[in-house]
This record gives sequence, structure tokens and C-alpha cells, in this order.
Amino acid sequence: MIAEIGQFSLALAMLIYLAQSVAPLIGIARQDLVWTQSARRMAYFNAFLLLVAFASLTWCYIASDFSVLNVALNSHSAKPLLYKISGVWSNHEGSMLLWVVILALYGAAFAFFGRSLPDDFQARVLAVQAMISVGFVAFVFFVSNPFARLDPPVIEGQGMNPMLQDPGLALHPPFLYLGYVGFSICFAFAVAALIEGKVGPFWARALRPWALISWSFLTLGVALGCWWAYYTLGWGGWWYWDPVENASLTPWLLGTALLHSLIVVERRDALKSWSVLLAILTFSLSLLGTFLVRSGVLTSVHSFAADPSRGLFILGLLGLVCGLSLLLFAFRASSLGAGGLFRPISREGFILFGNVLLSAAAGTVLLGTLYPVFTEALDVGKISVGPPFFNKTVLPLMAPMAAIMAVGPLLFWREARLADIMKKLSPALAACLLIMAVAWVWGGVSGNRLAAGGGLALGAWLIAGTAIEAWPKIKGVFHYRRKGWGMRIAHIGLAVTIIGIAGDAGWSEEQAKTMRPGDQIALAGFDIRLREVEENVKGPNYVVTRALLDVTRDGREITVLAPEIRHFIAPPRPISNTSIHVSLSGDLYAALASGNEDQGWVLRLYWHFLTPWIFVGGALMALGGFLAWGLGPMIRPKSGGKRQGLGNL
Amino acid sequence: MTRKKQRLFFLLLGGATLLFAGILAAAALQEGMIYYYTPSEVYEKPPGTERHLRIGGMVEAGTLVREGDVAHFVITDNKARLPTIYKGVLPTLFREGDGVVAEGNMDSEGRFAASLIMAKHDENYMPREVSDALENKAGSNGSEGKAE
Repeated sequence: MIAEIGQFSLALAMLIYLAQSVAPLIGIARQDLVWTQSARRMAYFNAFLLLVAFASLTWCYIASDFSVLNVALNSHSAKPLLYKISGVWSNHEGSMLLWVVILALYGAAFAFFGRSLPDDFQARVLAVQAMISVGFVAFVFFVSNPFARLDPPVIEGQGMNPMLQDPGLALHPPFLYLGYVGFSICFAFAVAALIEGKVGPFWARALRPWALISWSFLTLGVALGCWWAYYTLGWGGWWYWDPVENASLTPWLLGTALLHSLIVVERRDALKSWSVLLAILTFSLSLLGTFLVRSGVLTSVHSFAADPSRGLFILGLLGLVCGLSLLLFAFRASSLGAGGLFRPISREGFILFGNVLLSAAAGTVLLGTLYPVFTEALDVGKISVGPPFFNKTVLPLMAPMAAIMAVGPLLFWREARLADIMKKLSPALAACLLIMAVAWVWGGVSGNRLAAGGGLALGAWLIAGTAIEAWPKIKGVFHYRRKGWGMRIAHIGLAVTIIGIAGDAGWSEEQAKTMRPGDQIALAGFDIRLREVEENVKGPNYVVTRALLDVTRDGREITVLAPEIRHFIAPPRPISNTSIHVSLSGDLYAALASGNEDQGWVLRLYWHFLTPWIFVGGALMALGGFLAWGLGPMIRPKSGGKRQGLGNL
Repeated sequence: MTRKKQRLFFLLLGGATLLFAGILAAAALQEGMIYYYTPSEVYEKPPGTERHLRIGGMVEAGTLVREGDVAHFVITDNKARLPTIYKGVLPTLFREGDGVVAEGNMDSEGRFAASLIMAKHDENYMPREVSDALENKAGSNGSEGKAE
């Protein structure tokens, strides 16, 4: 019964979205305020309906209703409550439902917070969002319905991949979707602007909060994914250039570019067509990511079950959305008008340069990710593009970008003198060269260490440069301007991540050994001794084999690492759980691979130098984004009443 | 700065970056490509020792021999048998009779020298290639979902 309520809500929402796509546009054409403003109420109602649908599916999971096919395939009555709930979105149908719920919530949020925007504009944005929603709710309802019944029902569910019983992985999809889907608002803003033929500072100021919050969530989503991979997969790797990882990175790269180009539109009325195009492309890449994960076209750790009909449907949606909007752009971009002029050496110029680098990086990641699809389609053979490709192309593009990030905020708008700025930054340059020298002399230059030393220096340059820019603001009267500090924290976050990546790549160490209780090995100055291995320890729905490792340094006790293998019941399989000791300078990381009492226990032990900084940096970037977004209203109402259209802005 | 000059500047900046990225990409693509082969394909279309490969198939039961750090086993697709040698720690879920994807190169003695092993149901990997080959055997794998 509950599942049918969910089913009904979905169907009703689909119909209302259909209305929401059309009614506002009719209202604008006939200058009928009632029709125009109807979009808002429809958006609110749709959000309510989709929340009902989501709640009903969640209920089915919590109650372990195995007459619902989705629950029977993906849940189990013995699962802890938290993971029953997260199980709702850890499968294809449920996660698509989460996708459309978030889409509806963003629509309703925009309907509410954008009330002070001109009616016509808000109506257009909501109409565009509704068109996208029709497509995706239809997709869920017809092709990926989580409410399908199972008749006769089964006694017990097929459980869930035990690897998904994990807090990091439970949070990863919601945050990721809050990011991806938020860019639909940016997309709708762009399309609405193209239809009206006007883009200006007002448009950018209204859009920026939505771009910021989407970007911040996406940053968290990606960072969570990396962190999860790090502590779960047992090798200490956190990024594999896997197609689905890339699919989340490309919209992030373009979203970062969008964030910055909107600043230029708002302040200088320049880069307008470029920002519109970026908004369209960022969301298109979000959709492409959705397609890649679910279509089975690409082989990936993350792939959901391959189903060609699903892939085709999403591909169709993607084609429609992307194709129509780009067509609109081609026809209407010229009417947007030219913007302010600026010299190459200026804040706008450097923001543009950063944008270009980010876009080029996104392009190469896309190329590397899609290349296998093309070669397979052309029957050239099954290939995959591995990490060396991405490392060799993306890093040389991102390094200059990190370098100019320290300079950009110091430049004036319109035109600036580079010599003056570089003089200001000379302490940063000194710090950078010093760190590079220390790293190369002390750490050596073999293998990765040459580049890693450069990475450390780059991070130092960015931190020092940001500090130099911030110094006058701190020294003087402490005037809290949200957006400035958001920028500084986010930029420092990237620097911290760069430092973490460099440290991890350059100076990490590994030992893989078969050990017996009493054996001891040395790793990165630590002494690690296997004390004992406990077997058959009982957990909620698994049995544990645990190795206890005493870690000392120069006789001093540091910690006890306890890596485990968990033997799950349904489905029956062993999963290795790592044990990590986090410190400022790095992580001691232990994984129990296999073994038994007779043949000894196979352990993988790592010293990951500076690796925690990678994730801390990610969190800082997101924090900076949220700070810049602020917790206040989405847009400060301008003095005076509402206007029809964007007027002369 | 006139509008024409600005437009020229944009064009040059974009073009130069694109060229730079394009050259990097073209060069890196050659090196970064990894080819998928089944054991039969290795014999039908020998890849040589230069190519970086991924081999997908099953670990033939009874062929696993461990000599200290080094593991010898045979990867089969029920049509051809490919002897494989791997130095390192095998994944927790590596089993005889189960699916596996191994990455590495052919060595001069006709064996496959694997540098990376990804076992079926491993935390790491369940590629389509292997699931295609094993669809008949396991049955359950195709419908199983792993989340993002």
C-alpha cells in the first residue's frame, strides 16, 4: 500500500511538472500574472509529492517489505537501521529517485528564495527546470521504478554489498547529487537568460549563490568518495581516474570555472556569453556523468547493473537537454551584448586564464574517459585509458592554475601592473623556492620526488600568496566580508590538497609481508609488531578476524593498529577493513589481506606521508564555498518592487 | 584595449591552451592506453611484450602455486589457457575458480607477467568483460549493484 502511494506521487508529480513546463510560458506570452506565478506553487507541490515518494520507499526499506522488488534485491532484515536507510539510494532505482527528489527540492527552494526576482524570469527558470524534471521523473516512473512489486514476495532480501555498509559511502551519493542537481538551476538560469536575450550583473548576482552551493556540495561529494576509497580499498589509493570518478570531476572543474566567471559578470559585465555557455556545459556534464554510471557503456568500479534501455533513455535526455540548449546558445548568444573591456594582465584576465585552464583540463579528462567508448563503437578494440594519461595531461594544466591563483586576487580590475604585484609576492616566492630546495635536497629527486617537491613548493606559494593578500585585511580593522574569506579559505584548501597529494606521491612507503604473531618489521622509522590475531569475533551481521599490531618508535608506544577481515553472511563474502592512525605528518595504514594460523597472515602496511591533508584540503574548499554562499537569503531584494523581465540591468 | 584586440587576445589564449593540452593528450594517450584481451585473443592476436594489457577470465582450479612472494596460476576463458606470474600480495578475494582481471605485460617466455590483480567481487573491480564471460557461471553477478 505504501509503495503504491509512492507510485501515485511519482505519476502525479510527472503530470504537474508537465504543466509547470508549459503554464508559466503561456502566462508570460499572455502577460497573465496568475499563470506566470503558478509555477511557484507547482514547484512547492512537486517537492512535497516527491518527498512523499521518497518517504514511502524509505518506509518500505525500514519495514523490510520484501514484496517490493527493489527492497528484496537490495536489503536484508539483519542490516543495521542506518544502512537500511542508506540502502534506499545505494541501488540504481533508489538513487534515481533521490536524484529527482533533490531536483524537486532545488526547484522549490528557488521558487521560495527567488521570490524577489522578476516574475517572468523566475517563471522561465522554473519552466526549464520542470522540463528537465519531466524527463527524469518519467525515466524513474517508466524505466527505473523502485516501487515495482514482487509477487510472490520473498522471505528474506538478497542483502546488500557489504562494502556499502559504511558511513562514508552512505553519505557520498546524497552530497554528490546535491552538487550535480544544483547545477540544473544554473542551467535554467542560462536558458532563461538566452530566451530573454539579456545577461548582466543582476543575473550573475542572483545565480552565484546557487552555483556556490552546488559547487560546495559537489566538492564534498567528491572528497567523500576519495576518502571512502582511501580507507576502504586497502591500498591507500584515493583516486583511480575511473570513468565514474572522472564523470564527477568534469562538472566540478567547469563548475569552478563558472563560479569565477560569474564574479566577472557581476563586477564588470564581461564574460557574459562565456558564463552562459559554462552553465549549460556544467549541467550537461552532470547529466553525462549520470549516463555513464548507469548505461554499462563504460567499465567501472562504480557501474550499476548494465541495462541498455536505461542508457538509451538517459542518452536521449542528455541529447535533448544539451542539444537544444546549445542550439539556443548558438542562435541567441550574440544578442547578449558585449561586455566590459580589460587588459590581459588584470583580475578578469587571470580569472579568464584560470577558466581556460580548467576547461582544458575538463576537456582532456572527458577525452580520456570517452576514448574507450569510441574505440569500442568503432570496433577498434576494447581499451581503457589508464592513470598515466590523466596524470600527464591534467597535472601540467593544473599547476599553472594553482600558480596564478596566488596572483589573481591581488590584481586590480581592468588593468594591473604585474611588476608591482610580483614585488608584493616576493616573500611567497622566497618561501616557495625554499621549500622546493629543502624538498629536493632532503627528500631526494628520484622517481616521483622531483615533481612532488615541486608540488610542495606550489602549495607553499599558494598559501603564502593568499596570506599576503589577506594580511591587510587582518592587520587593519577586522572587517568581515564573507565572500573574501570564503575565497581565501577555499584557495588555501586547494593548496593543502596539493601539498597532501605531493607528499603522498613522493614519500609514501609500503611493506607487504606474511607475518606470524611475534614478527616485527620496520616502516618509515616505526617498528610494527604483530601481537596476535583474534579469530571468530562476532559483529552485527558478520564474523571478524582481527590482527593486532603494536606500533612503536624508538621504543615509545605510538598506537595499536587493528586491521580486520569481516566475513559477511548475506551475501557471503569477506571484506577487508583497514586500520589507520592519523597524524599531522601522515597516516600509518594497515590492511589484513588474508591468511590463517598455519601459513601466516598476509599484511599490507603503509606509511602515507601527508595524505590526510588531501581530505582536509577538500573539506576546506567546501567550507570556503559555503562561507562565500553564506547562510542568509539567496538574494537581497533590490529596492523597489518587482519588474517584468530583467529590464535595463 | 579595443574590443578587437581583446577578442584576439581571447582567441590566442584559448588556442594556445588548447594546443598545449592537445599535444599533451596526444602524447599521453599512446602511453596510457591499456588493451583488454581474453586468453584466447592473446593467442589469436599476439600483443607482443610492449603493450600494456588487461586480461580477463577465470583462475583455473588447481593451477595456483605460491613460491614465497611469487604466485603462478593460469587464467582461462574456457577456450584457451594463459599461464600467469604475479609478484606481490594477492587480493583478499582471489580464489581458484573465480573471475579475475590482471593487468600487466606479456613476458618473453610467453607468460603473462601481471603487475596488478583485481579479483571478482574484489573491492576494486568487476569489469563488464569478466562479468560477460562469467554470466553463465555465477548468474547472480549481473544483477548486483554497486553504488557510487
